[in-house]
Amino acid sequence: MTVLKSNDSGGEPSSPPAVELIGITKRFGQVVACDQVNLSLYRGRIHGILGENGAGKSTLMKMLIGLVLPDEGRIRLHGEDVQINDPSDAAAHGIGMVHQHFSLVEALTVWENVALGDIGRLDPRRVRNRIGEISEQYGLHIDPDARIIDLTAGMRQRVEIIKCLRRDPEVLVLDEPTAVLAPAEAAFLFAALRKVVEDYGKAVALVSHKLGEIMEATDDLTIMRDGKVEDSRPTEGSDVRGLARAMVGRDVKLRGILAPVQHGHEPGSSARHLSGITPVLRIVDATKRGQDGRLLLDGLSLEVYPGEIVGIAGVEGNGQRTIGDLLSSLLTLDSGSIEIDGRPVADGVAGAMARAGVAVIPEDRHASACVLDFSVAENFFITEPGRVARHGFIDRKAMRSSAAALIKQFSINCIGPDAPMWSLSGGNQQRVVLARELSNQPKVLVAAQPTRGLDVGAIEYMSEQLRNSARSGVGVLLISTELEEVIDLSDRIVVISNGRIVGEMLSSEVDLEHLGMLMTGSVPTQ
Amino acid sequence: MSEVGTTAIDEATDEVTASARQRSRFGISSEVIVLYFVSIASALILTAVILEATGDSWSNVFTALLDGSLRKPGRIGLTIGVTAPILMVALGTIVSGRAGLVNIGQEGQLVMGATFAAYAGSRVAGPGPVALLLSIGFGILGGAMWAGIAGILRYWRNVPEVLSTLLMGAVAANLMGYGLRRSSLLLAPVAGRANRNQVSEPLANNMRIPRITWFGNEFPISAIAAILFALVLWIVLGRTIVGFRLTMLGRNPGTAQRAGVNERRYGVGAMLVSGGFAGLGGGMMLAGGDFGSYQLVANFGAGIGFAGLLAALVSRQRVLLAVFVAFVFGCLRTGSGFLRATGVSGRIADVVQGLFVMSLLMPPALLYLRARRRALAATTVRV
Repeated sequence: MTVLKSNDSGGEPSSPPAVELIGITKRFGQVVACDQVNLSLYRGRIHGILGENGAGKSTLMKMLIGLVLPDEGRIRLHGEDVQINDPSDAAAHGIGMVHQHFSLVEALTVWENVALGDIGRLDPRRVRNRIGEISEQYGLHIDPDARIIDLTAGMRQRVEIIKCLRRDPEVLVLDEPTAVLAPAEAAFLFAALRKVVEDYGKAVALVSHKLGEIMEATDDLTIMRDGKVEDSRPTEGSDVRGLARAMVGRDVKLRGILAPVQHGHEPGSSARHLSGITPVLRIVDATKRGQDGRLLLDGLSLEVYPGEIVGIAGVEGNGQRTIGDLLSSLLTLDSGSIEIDGRPVADGVAGAMARAGVAVIPEDRHASACVLDFSVAENFFITEPGRVARHGFIDRKAMRSSAAALIKQFSINCIGPDAPMWSLSGGNQQRVVLARELSNQPKVLVAAQPTRGLDVGAIEYMSEQLRNSARSGVGVLLISTELEEVIDLSDRIVVISNGRIVGEMLSSEVDLEHLGMLMTGSVPTQ
Repeated sequence: MSEVGTTAIDEATDEVTASARQRSRFGISSEVIVLYFVSIASALILTAVILEATGDSWSNVFTALLDGSLRKPGRIGLTIGVTAPILMVALGTIVSGRAGLVNIGQEGQLVMGATFAAYAGSRVAGPGPVALLLSIGFGILGGAMWAGIAGILRYWRNVPEVLSTLLMGAVAANLMGYGLRRSSLLLAPVAGRANRNQVSEPLANNMRIPRITWFGNEFPISAIAAILFALVLWIVLGRTIVGFRLTMLGRNPGTAQRAGVNERRYGVGAMLVSGGFAGLGGGMMLAGGDFGSYQLVANFGAGIGFAGLLAALVSRQRVLLAVFVAFVFGCLRTGSGFLRATGVSGRIADVVQGLFVMSLLMPPALLYLRARRRALAATTVRV
């Protein structure tokens, strides 16, 4: 375990740090979310906290703000021990946090949102004036009378920051602030933060999993992995590749990590592509804008060949869910096309993907893969009821007996074909979905976060099923934010970032550093 | 965190599974029966208290209700005649409800159906049965159109069907009123309307639904057709792919979309069928003979549309149960009509009827809430 060195070497004045976390540990049951973590934030500096999903960054920040209480360790402010029991304690100590998910009331105006939670008489003019002052001071211009619903994500975040700055905190914590921002908005945010630290001497903690922005916007950085501090150092002079590796390089089976990366190698260079086989799945230039105007898919192109498992690696929220929805016929593209086995398939047309042979184990099975109020037997046949029907009439007996066979074959633990779907545990519901999708003899199998929330045995089972499918000639597309899983199962890995495929490698030639850099968007695309 | 999460989830789901097992062993019925019993008993007690407090005798009132709906000679026939249109509306409501749509404008759809049927009935000529079927067909068309507009607005413009169906009910009533003031549309010739205005010409004798007599009870044969419709719908919803998909759409639109259920087609289709049934109910009322004398009058709907909607709610969208519930509602209607004739004030009769309907609605509402909470728990524990 790495012990944190004080940042004095970074040319800091010898004043005590604004915040010092010493030996902080937090356990949830048997899982250690934070393990003996040390962290110091200094006035006038932006401290980046970097790590993958689940590395413990957010838990750490929640302890600082009093949302979670540490099991062990001390919190010191300006050299004095303090106890932070809840967010109002934290506020009293001058610590404010901007959360990843906005907590704004859309129907209200900016100033009303800022005033929400105030106690005592409401003085609209004073609130408006204060917003004006803060806007001036930090360059966060905003119309206090605008309704939240009319604002872009970037402007909404501005409101959140103003809500925080209004109480004039000493320490400002931002959790994944750029997750919902466009690049220009992010750049603007960093400029404002720079002002906050330099002109007003505040300490800022910036939590992120984007290496590029940490390099660009911070003075110091701390890398967390599996609840531990992996490294802590001044940002200047840090080596991006080393950081990327420190961030993602856990105990994965490092097959072929020694092979040097082929930079700029373009999609389509693996041996399969040259042999003239038709891909079972081909997505060409898929572009989709979300309702908030953000690009979910940005010219994404992807091919999956029969018999291979292609893993999509990437940080959560970079378009993975959109791909899953697209291949479930749940959304219509703005532009781009999809071919299954060489034939074009219309996007967003009910059932078109399923008919064309795309099986999906979706990320959220309750949203699009099962009907909780239906029986297990009915859930087996929701995509192809025709298989147990004659002349449009469903043969209940045939349905029940086929269901019993599937229950047995996939060892689904339930009281029988008539058990309501909601009475099954998550793992068994997942098996029902898997059994149905595989029994439809698919050409393509899309598995999105297929092992999330499953126990070890169930994960093993699922992995084996995916491998078997590929072996039988199905093209498998594995969408997962578990890097280990992607590397372990895939033949080929493509990396997704901001709705685009930014790189590709054979899993036998994985270079974790390069992969980490691609995932975190710190390599310029093409 | 995943390990902790999953054990907690497993425990939670085990519990749910256990309760499901228990339910299936003892049958759903026992607790449901108790629920209905308690609910209806409280309604009866409350009714008795209210009646005594207002100076009526509760035993007289209940006797009158039973006499008026079932016991007096010929009353069963009347009740059957009243039940048929209620059942039609209920069947339509079940269809739209299965698709996840909340159609509450049956009263308006029924009125449109009756209006269309009356118009066609006064214009078409031909052999009786053909003209009758044509006129009823127009009724179905009118109701389907009225609900279809709401369906189209829902799927093309995201207009909530709850609002559009309800509000279009008011439009329908006024459209009928407009027609009833124009002799070029529905208003009967001066000779035919005695001293009343705003009535349509009564249907010609050969365009009325034939009535049959059975053990001294007389009712239109449309009541038999209504039972047949219920059976057909029961089979369609429970045994066919179309019914399966329609139900899937209502229970989980996302899954239905992925599985190939075209939401617009099925949704608008369900609205058309739903309105069509209501329109059919309106046609039956007009040509059946148990509601006035085969002619449209102001306020023709008489709340039958709402009674049908309630019957569908009380039966929790089960077709065969709806037949029974519609009959109970028919009894309440004929019974309270008789009650008024015995001298109990009309308002009290309405209160009695309202309490009874409430008592029938409470159990399904409670069961629905519980099922929903359970489903929510089953889904959120995992997140």
